[in-house]
Amino acid sequence: MVHQYKNNGYHIVLDVNSGSVHVTDEICYDMIGQLKKLGVENNISMLDEESVLAGLKTELRQAYSERDIEETFEDIKELTRLGQLFTKDIYEDYIGDVKKRKTVVKALCIHIAHDCNLACKYCFAEEGEYHGRRALMSYEVGKKALDFLIANSGNRRNLEVDFFGGEPLMNWQVVKDLVAYGREQEKIHNKNFRFTLTTNGVLLNDEVQEFVNKEMDNVVLSLDGRKEVNDKMRPFRNGKGSYDLIVPKFKKLADSRNQQKYYVRGTFTRENLDFSRDVLHFADLGFEQISIEPVVGEDSDFYSIKKEDLPQIFEEYDVLAKEMIEREKAGKGFQFFHFMLDLDGGPCVAKRLSGCGSGTEYLAVTPWGDLHPCHQFVGEERFLMGNVDDGIVKPEIADEFRGCSVYSKEKCRNCFAKFYCSGGCMANAYKFHGSIHDTYDIACEMERKRVECAIMIKAAMADEERM
Amino acid sequence: MKHIKTLNTQTLNNTMRKGGCGECQTSCQSACKTSCTVGNQTCEQKR
Repeated sequence: MVHQYKNNGYHIVLDVNSGSVHVTDEICYDMIGQLKKLGVENNISMLDEESVLAGLKTELRQAYSERDIEETFEDIKELTRLGQLFTKDIYEDYIGDVKKRKTVVKALCIHIAHDCNLACKYCFAEEGEYHGRRALMSYEVGKKALDFLIANSGNRRNLEVDFFGGEPLMNWQVVKDLVAYGREQEKIHNKNFRFTLTTNGVLLNDEVQEFVNKEMDNVVLSLDGRKEVNDKMRPFRNGKGSYDLIVPKFKKLADSRNQQKYYVRGTFTRENLDFSRDVLHFADLGFEQISIEPVVGEDSDFYSIKKEDLPQIFEEYDVLAKEMIEREKAGKGFQFFHFMLDLDGGPCVAKRLSGCGSGTEYLAVTPWGDLHPCHQFVGEERFLMGNVDDGIVKPEIADEFRGCSVYSKEKCRNCFAKFYCSGGCMANAYKFHGSIHDTYDIACEMERKRVECAIMIKAAMADEERM
Repeated sequence: MKHIKTLNTQTLNNTMRKGGCGECQTSCQSACKTSCTVGNQTCEQKR
């Protein structure tokens, strides 16, 4: 499969199955388009047929010289010979084998507090309560969760634990006690815990900061962007905005971590479709690790992204990508999570095609110790898999998630972005279609656009290096 | 090549031999909690 598009003056050709990214001139771009129409993707031996070159000359001679056409055709043939263009999808059986392997649990999302001191309007946790009751996890339940993780992790050494909520700082002492317990246990079992804290910052103080910098591999700082945007969607329960209290604390924390191993993470909604300004607002505040994700809501929610919003959202991603290039050139670059792409050192194809690991490698634990496939399935009774006392009591749920990959999703088969999103969020697919083997279509459209922008940034930066 | 500039040197099929060790980070542990973003994760073997 070959995907080609033009963006910011670049002619980009993505050979999907090899992951090769080519920046071409106009004649080459047009010729690849013609070859796609002829069906070369399915039969590369056509490139050796004289009639194919003759046909290209007929199609392209008005715009290009015969010499250029012949030369370009040779370049395309060479790239094909190198396995970087018109490559086949050879991964379906391979992924089937990878997925059949016995999986181990390597990550837990620990819902340390089903309670929150903010009342964000779009919260999928419904102000921290997840359609249920307010609750804080006890140390005993947390210990059992870490024991469960160690016991089910096989030979896996790196174990990830995210303290999540609600708001984890509302149960801070238990977080600290569990980190201490984890540090003690990792020595005994030859494991390495990587802890993450996701927080809204309301209760962040110097003591929390010091502990976080010592113990947390990653910190996710929730904030939506400009003051008016943030305060509309992320108010306190009394309606007052949270921006003024939180921003100075987040800036201090990010600086204290040397602007690394954290994300300031926001959500954009229909209320701020000009979200590139929120990303840039973060950058102007000095944040260097930034993520702003589209909201996922019910169709009836006033803030939900609608299909008709997509053109504007695409435009925003383009604006953001161009501005990021300018800032990078000026030495003021920053990371935007959804544009991060490592063309040479990214994940292996097994990781890219097998999904996020929810329900198998990654589980969520409720404050009372129930196990669910991920944080977004908490509160869904059908997806209750077990608990920290008895372990997984419904292995058929894990099997259902194990069987999910881009090849089990019809919509993914012909999508050029499948190697970058791994089939998308299964919780979102279930929310909108009642099946984890489907995809959330609006998210797919946005993901495709982000991949295009991310690749274009690489093309622009490669240009810069050459100059 | 005069008409084509290739940005990467590695191809995905090369990762089939050593890949799939599973030591890498779970995508939702980084920053995305509502989407699934895998392409930007780091390979643990190259860390």
